[in-house]
Amino acid sequence: MAKLSFEEVNELYLDVLKEIGNIGAGNATTAIANMLNLRINMHVPKVELLPVEKIGSSIGSEDEIIVGIMLGVEHDIEGSMMFLMDMASAHLLVNRLMMRPSDYDADFDEMDLSAIKEIGNIIAGSYLSALSSLTNMVIMPTVPYVAVDMAASILSVPAIQFGMMGDNALMIKTEFDDEVAINGYFILMPEEDSYNKILSALGMAV
Amino acid sequence: MGQTIKVGMADLNICRAPDSLTTIGLGSCVGIALYDPALKVAGLAHIMLPDSTQIKNNSVIAKFADTGILKLYNDMVKAGSNKYRMVAKIAGGAKMFELKSAAASSINIGDRNVQASKAMLKKLGIPIIAEDTGLNYGRTVILDGETGDYIIRAVGKEPKTI
Repeated sequence: MAKLSFEEVNELYLDVLKEIGNIGAGNATTAIANMLNLRINMHVPKVELLPVEKIGSSIGSEDEIIVGIMLGVEHDIEGSMMFLMDMASAHLLVNRLMMRPSDYDADFDEMDLSAIKEIGNIIAGSYLSALSSLTNMVIMPTVPYVAVDMAASILSVPAIQFGMMGDNALMIKTEFDDEVAINGYFILMPEEDSYNKILSALGMAV
Repeated sequence: MGQTIKVGMADLNICRAPDSLTTIGLGSCVGIALYDPALKVAGLAHIMLPDSTQIKNNSVIAKFADTGILKLYNDMVKAGSNKYRMVAKIAGGAKMFELKSAAASSINIGDRNVQASKAMLKKLGIPIIAEDTGLNYGRTVILDGETGDYIIRAVGKEPKTI
């Protein structure tokens, strides 16, 4: 039985991921809207297959400071996931959560970072439950970690993870807007074995 | 003032004074700088992974510490340098997230990248005269072809020269 390489993953898989992205973003939208008492719409996410060398500049310029939230993923599949957003989006969400004026943009303190982790938890959990229900697998997130640093530095983590498997990485773009505009990227980084498990569970032979 | 040549992720390049080399936002990756003070030839590699022999898809030479550093060394030699004059400085290899889960085997890749880079430089007989590695933040580096200075910038920190 021929094994699909990471590069040979077909359009079908991209479509499935997009659907997972859609459902996940839908779940996340509801959760965030409730938490922040905001009206939010979600844009159809874009799924991109990028060469790993290009990940560092995929969100904006390489030295732009962004917020990255990373969580481990465990149980039926092993790996990690990351949610990334630009500083404007992060400030906006935190200000809303902390009930501060929307133009407040001082450096994040410990409380703010906790709030960001919580937002990451909700967004990541929403995606994971979408993936979970489509694959019938139990997928649990671990405690989130947050980094505020240059885009290229944060993105080196997924770049390396994908770099172990091949030369391309999958990024799911998510846009929320209406009352507020939030641009985020979501990256799921399964370990190689788990990656095959996901494909099998979705009915794609590996 | 020469120009500053950009080196991307999984990429390498060399230059001569007065030009400089830079790579932006090293996270867990390592930036290996080679310098020949007599010829004023400088080389910079931005590697992502420690070992090409443990990965199936290893066609991109500059992605790995072993093959990337060897290629950089060979390019320096082609430019007229030799190992008795070359010195090395390394930066990067940070642990960007303090993830503790068992699944996060790759998270400490920064440290492994640093160790693999040191091992390869040792094998080639090139002394490491300075390093700024580890910790938990990204670094942008500039290698000055005129002086061999390795300038490291990080968010919210004073630039430092090693």
